[in-house]
Amino acid sequence: MSEKYIERLESFSLPETIHDLITEWLSGKEVEEDVFTRILDRICRINDAHLPVKTHDQLISLLLKKEDQDNPVTDEQFDEILTRVIKEYGLTRIEPCEAVGIIAAQSIGEPGTQMTMRTFHYAGVAEINVTLGLPRLIEIMDARKEPSTPTMTIYLEDGFREDRDRAREVSWDVEASPLHEFGDIVTDMENMRVIVTLNKAVCDKRRIKISEILERAPAKIRERRHYRDFEFEVNEAEGIIRFIPKDQLSYQNLFQLVEHVRNVIVQGIDDIQRVVVRKESGEYILYTEGSNLKDVFEVEGVDTTRTRTNNINEISHILGIEAARNAIIHEANSTLREQGIGVDVRHIMLVADMMCMDGEVKQIGRHGIAGEKESVLSRAAFEVTVNHLLDASIAHEHDVLCGVTENVIVGQPIQLGTGDVRLVVRPMNNITRTGEN
Amino acid sequence: MGTRLNVLMHDMVPKHQIMENEEVSKLLSDYNITIEQLPKIYHDDPIVKAVEALPGTVLRITRKSHTAGEAESYRLVVRRPKK
Repeated sequence: MSEKYIERLESFSLPETIHDLITEWLSGKEVEEDVFTRILDRICRINDAHLPVKTHDQLISLLLKKEDQDNPVTDEQFDEILTRVIKEYGLTRIEPCEAVGIIAAQSIGEPGTQMTMRTFHYAGVAEINVTLGLPRLIEIMDARKEPSTPTMTIYLEDGFREDRDRAREVSWDVEASPLHEFGDIVTDMENMRVIVTLNKAVCDKRRIKISEILERAPAKIRERRHYRDFEFEVNEAEGIIRFIPKDQLSYQNLFQLVEHVRNVIVQGIDDIQRVVVRKESGEYILYTEGSNLKDVFEVEGVDTTRTRTNNINEISHILGIEAARNAIIHEANSTLREQGIGVDVRHIMLVADMMCMDGEVKQIGRHGIAGEKESVLSRAAFEVTVNHLLDASIAHEHDVLCGVTENVIVGQPIQLGTGDVRLVVRPMNNITRTGEN
Repeated sequence: MGTRLNVLMHDMVPKHQIMENEEVSKLLSDYNITIEQLPKIYHDDPIVKAVEALPGTVLRITRKSHTAGEAESYRLVVRRPKK
């Protein structure tokens, strides 16, 4: 039954997405001849309107859904819907020579003023603090090397994501755990030494071998914490390690040593201070405070295709500039949406494209896009005017007056809108020419 | 350790392809631009390393677009300038 329809469908050479939608709808049900003809006719009309892919896909799936609910859209309704969608789409199209940059700037800037200046209250998933609102937006646009609250969303692989205990195991490998969580630390002031007695139960629970801790602790105090004035003795059978400061006479050294011993990270990734395991839509996800994409990708059980961080600079280093562009769009969009502000994604895409144009993430301001413009006057018009003019005159710079800003300054027509069009008149049927004669 | 990262498989990374010379010259003549006017990507970008592109080649990037379903973009591989 449906094969016949699919054959008819092929002859229309519809775009792939539309084709898939219909074949999916057709599969596994009986469709009347006249219903199919009606649907096909409408789909062809939607396709002929040349709407954006997403819009026509949505229209068609809604149409098919209505059909499934035995409440099909009538012809008049369909006409009304299609005309209005086309009209609405026409309004969102941009005209040639339109200054899209300035529209994007205003479209993001105006809602920005509505966000309260001091959105320093934090909110987020499960006790993890994330900067939101204006401060976060500024952070994204300034392309800061490190966000004020770095955080990761770690997805897990098959076999880990369904099971709470296994998800917890991954979290032990990720969360930075200092030595004092694994046993008792006693300062023996009489003999000038620090004695660490590891708790076997804790180590078993966290799936780490006692020998591993005993080996890692002194090494990491030396390398990571750069403290070397001590010696140590290990008793592996009893899980005891003794730290002895080199200077046997100074209590200050002993107390310094205790601090280092207590806080040395023996399990997990140093930059990740906290991990929260949450169940969301049927799978366990880890949310972290602190971010280290590279090391987290190395941990067993981590899904290396979906795990992400809010540190855009880190993304650009590990996943490349295109991923950074996607991250900027995603972060800016979700920051704005969280505040209940709808900004068209195209404005944000334009900003992200500009920031990632030259192969690295650049900030919007004078150390990035605005500061690297070709024109002296354009740069001077933005910020620190005198410095730019002074430097330009010392360096004997030229300004070819190609852009918009510099031509506004010198009072020439700018190349935007009607200013960018040069009219060419083609005489019609030579009438004008003979008329002149 | 267990998992090895394949940058090309990550959700955030769109498809990158090395373009043939003929394709590049067609692209440039279609848009009436010179090769320097294309957006850039540095030679030490993890993706450039993964697809083994050399400086001077052009990559075709097929992005999943929020507005257009799928959109093509191009980047010229250049050396990272020394600071």
